[in-house]
Amino acid sequence: MSEKERILKFHILRYNPQIKGDTPTMKIYEVQEAPGMTIFIALNDIREKQDPSLQFDFICRAGICGSCAMIINGQPDLACRTLTSKFPEGEIKLLPLPGFELIGDLSVNTGKFMRAMSERVESWIHDQDADNVDLDRLEERMDPDVADEIYELERCVECGCCISACATKRMREGFLGAVGLMRLARYATDPRDKRSNEDFYEIIGDDDGVFGCMTLLGCQDYCPKDLPLQIQIAYLRRKMAMVR
Amino acid sequence: MKVVYTDSLIIGGGLAGLRVAIAARQRGYDSIVLSLMPAKRSHSSAAQGGMQASLGASVKGEGDDEDVHFEDTVKGSDWGCDQDVARMFVNTAPKAIRQLAAWGVPWSRVRRGNREVVINGEKVTITEKNEAHGLITARDFGGTKKWRTCFTSDGTGHTMLYAMDNKAIELGIPVHERKEAIALIHEDGVCYGAIVRDMITGELIAYVARTTTVATGGYGRLYSVTTNAVISEGIGCAIALETGVASLGNMEAVQFHPTAIVPVGILTTEGCRGDGGLLLDKDGKRFMPDYEPEKKELASRDVVSRRMTEHIRKGKGVPSRYGDHLWLDITLLGRAHIEKNLREVKEICEYFLGIDPVKEYIPVRPTQHYSMGGIRTGATGESPTLKGLFAAGECACWDMHGFNRLGGNSVAETVVAGMIVGEYVADYCQTNPLRIDTKLIEHFMDKEKNKIRAVLKRSKGESPIALKKEMQQIMMDKVGIFRNEADLTQAVEELKDLHQRSRNIFLRNKISSSNPELVEAIRVPKMIRLAQCVAYGALLRKESRGAHAREDYPERNDRDWLKRTLAYWKDENEDLPQLEYEDLDVMKMEMPPGSRGYGADNTIHHPDTEKRMAEIEDIRKANPKADRFEMQQLLNPIELPEKFRGKNERIGRGFN
Ligand SMILES: Cc1cc2nc3c(=O)[nH]c(=O)nc-3n(C[C@H](O)[C@H](O)[C@H](O)COP(=O)(O)OP(=O)(O)OC[C@H]3O[C@@H](n4cnc5c(N)ncnc54)[C@H](O)[C@@H]3O)c2cc1C
Ligand code: SF4
Ligand code: SF4
Ligand code: FES
Repeated sequence: MSEKERILKFHILRYNPQIKGDTPTMKIYEVQEAPGMTIFIALNDIREKQDPSLQFDFICRAGICGSCAMIINGQPDLACRTLTSKFPEGEIKLLPLPGFELIGDLSVNTGKFMRAMSERVESWIHDQDADNVDLDRLEERMDPDVADEIYELERCVECGCCISACATKRMREGFLGAVGLMRLARYATDPRDKRSNEDFYEIIGDDDGVFGCMTLLGCQDYCPKDLPLQIQIAYLRRKMAMVR
Repeated sequence: MKVVYTDSLIIGGGLAGLRVAIAARQRGYDSIVLSLMPAKRSHSSAAQGGMQASLGASVKGEGDDEDVHFEDTVKGSDWGCDQDVARMFVNTAPKAIRQLAAWGVPWSRVRRGNREVVINGEKVTITEKNEAHGLITARDFGGTKKWRTCFTSDGTGHTMLYAMDNKAIELGIPVHERKEAIALIHEDGVCYGAIVRDMITGELIAYVARTTTVATGGYGRLYSVTTNAVISEGIGCAIALETGVASLGNMEAVQFHPTAIVPVGILTTEGCRGDGGLLLDKDGKRFMPDYEPEKKELASRDVVSRRMTEHIRKGKGVPSRYGDHLWLDITLLGRAHIEKNLREVKEICEYFLGIDPVKEYIPVRPTQHYSMGGIRTGATGESPTLKGLFAAGECACWDMHGFNRLGGNSVAETVVAGMIVGEYVADYCQTNPLRIDTKLIEHFMDKEKNKIRAVLKRSKGESPIALKKEMQQIMMDKVGIFRNEADLTQAVEELKDLHQRSRNIFLRNKISSSNPELVEAIRVPKMIRLAQCVAYGALLRKESRGAHAREDYPERNDRDWLKRTLAYWKDENEDLPQLEYEDLDVMKMEMPPGSRGYGADNTIHHPDTEKRMAEIEDIRKANPKADRFEMQQLLNPIELPEKFRGKNERIGRGFN
């Protein structure tokens, strides 16, 4: 870490749709860099000392909860774990994540999107007996490798980076996107979910689903959790192609 | 006036809140969950380490059962917990985890055969039983006799919360996001819902319900450095306090976790030490065995945090521009293990410290972590003084943690409490039809409207952010790991002053819709009140118990202090909370107070302790044939909802 502290220049898109007549403008804020400074720290500093109206979302500030995705110098990423030292020029341009309803400034409504996604892919274990399980008895066994494999697919934090990086999504409003395909792959891998391939086909067997994906892989490049999106999408596509 | 009606209103969409909502929904009652943001982003998702439940499937968990879990929990609490509740908890935890398994949590499983683990700094091979293959496995955690902490690789809380929220979505439970409860509606000792602010439009909405459950998590952000999320500000506890009718229990019981990274306070899980990681000082020396020869790094959290602080005070800390710290060494666990079971830790080290924990030591320091105190409830989760108000999870003082909670017992509590309290919420909905006068709703609505209006109108005054920072610093410096009369007296005075100043908050940004400064203006006075409850409770409690360590009163004093602090704020115009005390009844304890087995035992005993021990001895002698279940029933008869009363099966042991 360099001991010399720089002055960083933040270019931030400001727009509050709640205020009638407000229009999007880029504003510049200068912040004195500190060792180990993240964009989370810098934005709070701006809010505190320069502009209390600045909107953004952080919760865990540890790269765990997925709240803080934004476009940082052209690339979607989690702002809380992005160190300012990563940018040698000291210029940092921040835009809200595209593809989601804007709440204001850097805050977008990923929650609404993700709930709709979960409802669409029916993001839960489908098993008529799940609620009649005798909780006193030993749990159903699962191969340790299968458990690990499911977990690998469940590490998605619904941050939305993949959606913002997806060309298909930009052209097709209804496209499910990598996050939804991934979620479905997670349930397709889970032996506890009794859905058949035909059932999954009903959900993703069209151009708004797995067949719409152009495999340009913006999603994989920007997924902050390094999920195996490419492999899983390809796998789903093969599986679905076999259904009909 | 916008009013939303439901049967069961749940404030908070973390593990506890969602589980209560699911219980009420499954019993046929409409439930609405409120959350500051999407439920899946709740702080529950940050729990990496694991969930305790005595399944005993792993070979290192052999011999575990509810009784051992109970003993660990009560000891861990330094006998400050409610033993009925601890019993209800340990008996239900195995069911909770099994239910979550059915709902989709990919718990890590036992793999038959040999496996290398690190115990006490040494590589050891353990052999998992053939017949346990595929059952839920567990890891070691501090303060537990057995390996009992079940986990999913490095993302336990994440997978639990996702499974829980997905279940809620399956049941069609609405989660109203970006909605903040800012006051409770109540009259004559009955709660009818909450006044809620839409954080996008700024609109105030009344949510009116038969039952209101607060499940808003901890209040770590009263401190300047904490492992907690930015939104763990305790507003749910504060609005309960502000009713003047409900009370907060044991607010002075605040836990510091031994290993958060320096300086930002992000947690590295207890799993690091559970899996064999060591604590080292500036000389690279492993120091914990000198202080705690038996449990070493895996002593209870409060103990390890104090020992670390002591060691730093002896000049053994590693100096840094952010003050002294110690090292956490997980290099001995090896790359494969770290990348699988401690990957989140690795990511945190890489992103926030720029180091590789496979090769380098991690700079750590004890940091505020968990709030044992909270809204005082009885065993059913209901406030004893405000009917229809329930609380569950970290925001509640249901009181299974007393003065120190064990790692892994918190996410377990959220789910178990959610299951149990959820049933009682449904019972209440069943027997209490909603009867409320709109005038009452209007009264509370107007009150909140006027407060906000006044803040927006004021042309000069205090900055809410500045007040908050001052409060956080006072708490950090004077109400921390070690406490004493002089510091606490000062803290109480200074907080009182802040409280007065908080009546005069002024905003630079004067819009009533989405406005982060207004959010602070609403929250900060509430947070200061909570801080006052913590500091004042700590000042008056003249003993050391669990996480509450008084340098001037180092002994645990059962004779005078085997009681729970209850904080009320009965009059809005007061500048201090009113404290009352509730005795813990030794004569009803299944496990009368004893020694936790750390350091020298200088407990001042309660006069009833010996009496109760003799009585228990007599009961045992009189019932020589009683099995452990019958014995528990004799010593600590508890009531659980019908569906959770069954015995739990374990491998190799059946239902015994
Ligand atoms: C870093 C970290 C790691 C941890 N690891 C472990 C572990 O390994 N094992 C373990 O057992 N415990 C662990 N804990 C503790 C445990 O995670 C928490 O105690 C537990 O998850 C709290 O759950 P909860 O449901 O009570 O609250 P939370 O999950 O915090 O949820 C609170 C909810 O309330 C909502 N809310 C808050 N205020 C309002 C309001 N005014 N109006 C409306 N909604 C509101 C929020 O939006 C949120 O949905 C850890 C804690 C931390 C900080
Ligand atoms: S691979 Fe498919 S989902 Fe991913 S960015 Fe490209 S089109 Fe979108
Ligand atoms: S798949 Fe990756 S990029 Fe997409 S939402 Fe999940 S974590 Fe984010
Ligand atoms: S704030 Fe949670 S991931 Fe960034």
